[in-house]
Amino acid sequence: MPRPVRLLRNLQAKLAMAPMIAVALVLFLGGPIWTLLHSFTDSRLLPRLRWVGLDQYERLWASRKWLVSIENLALYGICSLVGTLVLGFVLAALLDRKIRFENTFRTILLYPVALSFIVTGLIWQWLLNPELGIPGVMRGLGWGAFDPLNDPSLVMYGLGVAGLWQGTGLIMCIMLAGLRGIDDNIWNAARVDGVGVVKTYLSIIVPMMRPVFATALVLITSGIVKLYDLVVAMTSGGPGISSEVPAKYVMDAMFGGQNLGQGFAAATMMLVPVVVIVVPWTYLAFGRRKRG
Amino acid sequence: MSGPRGPRPRRVLSRGNVFVYGTLMLVSVYYLLPLWVMVMTSLKGLPEIRMGNIFAPPVEVTFQPWVKAWAEACTGINCDGLSRGFWNSVRILIPSLVLSIAVASVNGYALSSWRFRGSETFFVILIVGAFIPYQVLLYPVVILLRSLGLYGSIWGLVLVHTIFGMPILTLLFRNYFASLPEDLFKAARVDGAGFWGIYLKIILPVSLPIFAVAAIIQVTGIWNDFFFGVVFARPETYPMTVQLNNIVNSVQGVKEYNVNMAATLLTGLLPLAVYFASGKLFMRGITAGAVKV
Repeated sequence: MPRPVRLLRNLQAKLAMAPMIAVALVLFLGGPIWTLLHSFTDSRLLPRLRWVGLDQYERLWASRKWLVSIENLALYGICSLVGTLVLGFVLAALLDRKIRFENTFRTILLYPVALSFIVTGLIWQWLLNPELGIPGVMRGLGWGAFDPLNDPSLVMYGLGVAGLWQGTGLIMCIMLAGLRGIDDNIWNAARVDGVGVVKTYLSIIVPMMRPVFATALVLITSGIVKLYDLVVAMTSGGPGISSEVPAKYVMDAMFGGQNLGQGFAAATMMLVPVVVIVVPWTYLAFGRRKRG
Repeated sequence: MSGPRGPRPRRVLSRGNVFVYGTLMLVSVYYLLPLWVMVMTSLKGLPEIRMGNIFAPPVEVTFQPWVKAWAEACTGINCDGLSRGFWNSVRILIPSLVLSIAVASVNGYALSSWRFRGSETFFVILIVGAFIPYQVLLYPVVILLRSLGLYGSIWGLVLVHTIFGMPILTLLFRNYFASLPEDLFKAARVDGAGFWGIYLKIILPVSLPIFAVAAIIQVTGIWNDFFFGVVFARPETYPMTVQLNNIVNSVQGVKEYNVNMAATLLTGLLPLAVYFASGKLFMRGITAGAVKV
């Protein structure tokens, strides 16, 4: 059989990958550049290239709604990051203790992952209904007024509880997979040395699971930045603007306010955490192992 | 995933065991309570909801809220219930599922068995792309869909789901195909099989589990999508999630909590069914690419 020319040998593969290459280059590489470029323009109803320098960014950072959005996202982000990591790890560790009914517990803890943020948001909106939901029940028991969805200082925690409910199962699953990958001998050695269970987890297992935590961190962070559906379903940004988030700011500017340039500037800002956290992680995960 | 690890459990009801089961049960209540409340609320009449306790089971069971949610609930001037959104979602889901899996599996196959200069670079761009907030790519996609004349149509959404499903699915297939024994591939090449021949006759038949995992990811992901639906569809083509949100969060009229909860349950039913039917494959799906990149 004659050896085909190098270029032609992979021609079929190249043709087959053409859609992926096009998406990667045009959309995932070109898209952010396009948005960045148009964030320096005064585009309103339609995108146009009339340059205004950093005007959109100045206006963005002078906007109270944007500042509130950032604060809210930071608060939600910290709560959800800590909550998801701690609860996810603790649950995974508990499930890993050779317990009975492991499958039952896992099924219960994981099912919200199958539900959308819209469904999640609407369930919790009802549960936290001020008159008829949990706040009403608590008031009935004489535990004082507590109305997370209408209290500006509590509303982000209300969203956090719903987000935690939906998202912890996934992280638990990843942690559990990590725990199952740890050699039994580590446990035996710790027991021989008389190290307690909790101390073994904290001082031996957790450090060993650093890559798993890194992956979880990346997944949670990218999820936090995208926070949108849950807010739309649960609070629509209210009361007032006290549960606005950056993703919603972008959408409101682009489709509600017909202020595309402002939307592009805000969207570009949303890229910052991705660049800071995800790109180094991708480099570590893929860059070193490049083969062929 | 292999069997459970850790020290052998003691039979006695030790303090450790009380802590383990106690915590798990407490957390289980947090996880199950919303489902319980949702089902109970959807089976009550409105007067009973206003009078009673949100946690209490219905005194008088009624399925009227379910009927109303499916066939009569209003969004704006349309009062044909969630059924329209349901069928839109089905019409979006099926072609998206087939197309995205077809494209991504071929990508993954090419990336694992037919690498060429630069192929991995494109792949890394694709993976990083998965983390780009959709807002950043939104308007470029709007322009793309407008220029193709697909903006607002079901096929526009199909294209969007195919594109945005590509990173995770390509990763999934690439990793799986790379784990297949290389001899399989080499033997087929010696026999003169080409790119498509090997894919269809050798790779495909031994990879059905990973196709099932991909299908689970896509069915739940596409069904649960709200964002693309709200941006790229029109009221006639709104998927179920968008319509659900419009029904529940509509400001007109009396809030019918029982209808709202029935509608919410109806929307969650398909992904929940997939979850309960697929068992461990679901776990494999959601952790795809997370543990072994």
